[in-house]
Amino acid sequence: MNKIRIGSGAGYAGDRIEPAVELAQKGQLDYLVFECLAERTIAIGQKQKKQDANKGYNELLEARMRAVLPSCYENCVRIVTNMGAANPIAAGHLVMRVAKELGLASFKVAVVLGDDVLPELHRLDLKLNEAGVAVSQSGKDIISANAYMGIEGLLEALESGANMVIAGRVADPSLFLAPMVHEFGWPQDDWEKLGKGTCIGHLLECAGQITGGYFADPGVKDVIGLAKLGFPLAEVDESGDAVITKVEGSGGVVCEATCKEQLLYEIHRPDQYFTPDVVADFSNVSFIQQGDNRVAVKGANGSVRTQTLKISVGYNDGFIGEGEISFAGPNAVARGQLALDIVKERFSVCRFEPIEARYDLVGVNALHGVTRSTHGEPYEVRARVAVRCSTFEDAVFVGNEVETLYTNGPAGGGGVAKSAKAVLAMDSCLIPRDQVHATITILED
Amino acid sequence: MKLRDIAHSRTGDKGDISNISLIVYDIHDYGQIKDAVTAEKVQNWFSDIVSGEVVRYELPAIGALNFVMYEALGGGVTRSLALDIHGKSLSSALLDFVI
Repeated sequence: MNKIRIGSGAGYAGDRIEPAVELAQKGQLDYLVFECLAERTIAIGQKQKKQDANKGYNELLEARMRAVLPSCYENCVRIVTNMGAANPIAAGHLVMRVAKELGLASFKVAVVLGDDVLPELHRLDLKLNEAGVAVSQSGKDIISANAYMGIEGLLEALESGANMVIAGRVADPSLFLAPMVHEFGWPQDDWEKLGKGTCIGHLLECAGQITGGYFADPGVKDVIGLAKLGFPLAEVDESGDAVITKVEGSGGVVCEATCKEQLLYEIHRPDQYFTPDVVADFSNVSFIQQGDNRVAVKGANGSVRTQTLKISVGYNDGFIGEGEISFAGPNAVARGQLALDIVKERFSVCRFEPIEARYDLVGVNALHGVTRSTHGEPYEVRARVAVRCSTFEDAVFVGNEVETLYTNGPAGGGGVAKSAKAVLAMDSCLIPRDQVHATITILED
Repeated sequence: MKLRDIAHSRTGDKGDISNISLIVYDIHDYGQIKDAVTAEKVQNWFSDIVSGEVVRYELPAIGALNFVMYEALGGGVTRSLALDIHGKSLSSALLDFVI
């Protein structure tokens, strides 16, 4: 049966680079996919692009390509990625320059555009899901709107014969599904196969999270070699069945348990996983260990895709100011609590009214609140104040107030850290599918 | 017995929604967590963190439950004031649950 091998070279924008090189060199791959766009990444990219028209793509793009392109070129591994982020064209030109400097003859990049739908968002005055009202009524300072596109543009890009396909916002599993549909000629209404391929893409998209990363719990779930964690690859056959594995000798583990955790990662209804390509059904997926670090995936399904696409909308949402200070030894918790109480009182003394505030004792109640903190007094604690503010100056003030505890607060406070940052928040909405059009631009010498 | 003794877990986030998987090591223990770890109990367990509804989905084929918790992340990863903005550590709190 016809088979292809697809590797996953990154699970997020800043992921390790060496495991991708290892895959390119030793994975006997046909495709290497880099999924590098979290919900907010593209909105950050839009801000960067506004400041410099040649920026707005993944910050590690050049380093990644310098590392993997020679092996990918030599081994005929095609690359598919969303590292274009807010500026896929600029990313494409950068990759062409790197390929030229590396002496890779006849290198070709296909850039997929069309996800930027900021004009359509305003023209159609779409309803924001979280705000619950139309854009024009929301009063939000919107800076980006990007539609999650499916495989269509990627397929056209692959058909061009390009060595590398660079997109912006594309649904994560679609990056993996496109090579399967391209190679096996699956009809784009074969919902079962698209569901199976989407499941494989979902399993691979967070890279190390299926090979033992984000899994270890010493003494209970031990994983060997996390400092040299291998990233996953799937051997996919034309029926849509697959084996998840990794390069021999790499760190980590691929077992049924790692696959199960990743199957349910960021999933809501298991029988209705919406992507632009299909409504995938993971409810009957099963995993079978077939040997060391080899797990077979079976049982995914799918049904007809929806007529709408999701848009993620980025908007400016004020500022957050933070300050932290640590206490240790006898009575550390009481001194940490006193520190928080002082800062809270200072805010009222200074007539500063937080929009929203948190007062945490890291080591006691910062992660899960007070009611679960029953494990005795810790040796050290860190008092943490975080405040939502309407201006940057207010956010700076919050950290400064915590810093004044050095000379004005409880005994023995140390290690102050403070920060003030602008908040880039996200909302989402749905757009009719026919309003979004993928287009391809080919870059070659 | 704590859930940690028979199951493992991972948390994911989408906007202000957190989902926590609960997966038994031994498929024979699935019936036990299915009976003992209801959506209502999880809602109570996270009552000081989760403001919205908790919905449970069952995956008998892999011996897992998936809990979807609404209004769980202080407005979502992009605007939360929390230390753990993704709520990634919530899985560990679920494994501390006694059955």
